[in-house]
Amino acid sequence: MSIISKSATQQREMLRTGELTSVELTTAYLEQIKLRESAVKAFVYLDEQRALDTAQQIDVRRAAGEPLGDLAGIPVAVKDNLCTQGVPTTCASKILNGFVPPYDATVVAKLKTADAVLIGRTNMDEFAMGSSTENSAIQVTNNPWDLECIPGGSSGGSAACIAAEFAPLALGSDTGGSIRQPAALCGIVGLKPSYGRVSRYGLVAFASSLDQIGPMTSNVEDAALLLQVLAGHDSHDSTSANVKVDSYVENVTQPLSDLTLGVVDEHYGEGLDKEIKASIKEAIEVYESLGATIKHIEMPHASYGIATYYIIAPCEASSNLARFDGAHYGYRTEPSSVDQTPESEDALTRMYRLSRAAGFGDEVKRRIMLGTYALSEGYYDAFYLKALKVRRLIRQDYDNAFKAVDLLIGPVTARSAFKQGEKTSDPLAMYMEDLFTVTANLSGVAGISLPCGLTATGLPIGVQLQSAPFQEDKLLRAAYMFQDATDWHQRRPDF
Amino acid sequence: MALTRDDVEKVSLLARLQLTDDELNSMTEHLSQIIQYVNQLDEINTDDVAPLAHTLDITNVLADDVAQDCLSREAALQNAPQRDEECFRVPAVL
Repeated sequence: MSIISKSATQQREMLRTGELTSVELTTAYLEQIKLRESAVKAFVYLDEQRALDTAQQIDVRRAAGEPLGDLAGIPVAVKDNLCTQGVPTTCASKILNGFVPPYDATVVAKLKTADAVLIGRTNMDEFAMGSSTENSAIQVTNNPWDLECIPGGSSGGSAACIAAEFAPLALGSDTGGSIRQPAALCGIVGLKPSYGRVSRYGLVAFASSLDQIGPMTSNVEDAALLLQVLAGHDSHDSTSANVKVDSYVENVTQPLSDLTLGVVDEHYGEGLDKEIKASIKEAIEVYESLGATIKHIEMPHASYGIATYYIIAPCEASSNLARFDGAHYGYRTEPSSVDQTPESEDALTRMYRLSRAAGFGDEVKRRIMLGTYALSEGYYDAFYLKALKVRRLIRQDYDNAFKAVDLLIGPVTARSAFKQGEKTSDPLAMYMEDLFTVTANLSGVAGISLPCGLTATGLPIGVQLQSAPFQEDKLLRAAYMFQDATDWHQRRPDF
Repeated sequence: MALTRDDVEKVSLLARLQLTDDELNSMTEHLSQIIQYVNQLDEINTDDVAPLAHTLDITNVLADDVAQDCLSREAALQNAPQRDEECFRVPAVL
């Protein structure tokens, strides 16, 4: 087995024993990138030289017997919405073209403290708004399992990067499914932690009450390894939770006894593809064979998740994205002398409107408009307040479910990866991609996507487990039980 | 609640977006579809339900009132599209 096909957990051991150097490991990934990146286009920025320099320094420090961090010498790819000091951070948007953050996001600082090798920045839907990575202003990323298909989104670059073996570990962010959906469509593991588990400081905000950063990896042990580094309270993020971080790495391989899984009947409606339904059924049977008890659970408000989300998320986005004003950073259009400012508008407003019109893509504009409308005078109660009330009902469905079961099991997506361009002209069809994932964000619970099958045409299928808030330990252990009993996580695309 | 092109144009000013004629047309169509879709929430009786703006039960997280190092002026200005020695520059407001 080639070194890049091994898990980060195995690589870490080989680095520790001296069997492997970080320069060798980093070089092996860079060679794979050189060979295959032109077909996949997972990266918007490759930090080759800096990565090799870091790897070299870590090898020197290791040789000198210095203490090293938990990810010492292991390459990590980072989604392009996480601020990294001195490295371009664009959110795949024209409006942030050329933006170089003067500070590190907390998760990036933690990766550096852990002595990880930051290898590059991954492509995404602009400002994380989308489910196919086609909304990137920079490039379209191809799914390594079928290069004509989308990798999912918005963390499609990170997902494709793991599937193509460009890095063993990657960071994604998940506001409505943006880690789990691309993980499912690319046949990898993607974990959305509970809201507040990982600091959002330095994550370019999309919808602040929903956004969470999480690991994207090829297997469950690596997800535990990366989450261990990311998790914890941060005084820079007032919404980060001061809740004890469990020993994920130590516990992940310990199976759970007396595991009870909930199956949500509402997930098995007409929209669910037959092959996916069959794979999920098989996954449930795997758990049964491992001694798990299956219970049927009703979540009567789950089907309102998309409608609730597409009010709350755009409202928060319209407020968060007000900061892109052409004045402080990023792209700016100067009102020209030809384009006379209308009398009703001052020159500053004109500059704002022209800069934002030229800097944002269609989907981002659509969500800003939707949020602005829903929050505007006379509509606030009918839309935003109403959605917040339904949000509580959705959360109560989860609270009730977790009184009866340890975890929920179900699909991640209704369909496997679709062809590029298939849904770009139909925003609502694209929004439906998040059907089984948004409710976790609305409720603050944790969710993980695991590879659980392939379609007849060879596209990956994912199964989702969800846990009550701050039960990532249980989630990872249950996920490992499935992985240990199956070999789906070992499948690799032939591209 | 049908959304008109005029509504969309008004919102585009509130949102500080300059939309072209084509964009106003497609935006009116797409937003109307989305609004129609989200109106399904009206099926649910929420009279006695309190809104949930945030999933964590935390309020007013306060920090100690101690001065700390912060970003230097130069670092804060480094990405400005237009600046002088100490300020962001924008078109005249007055």
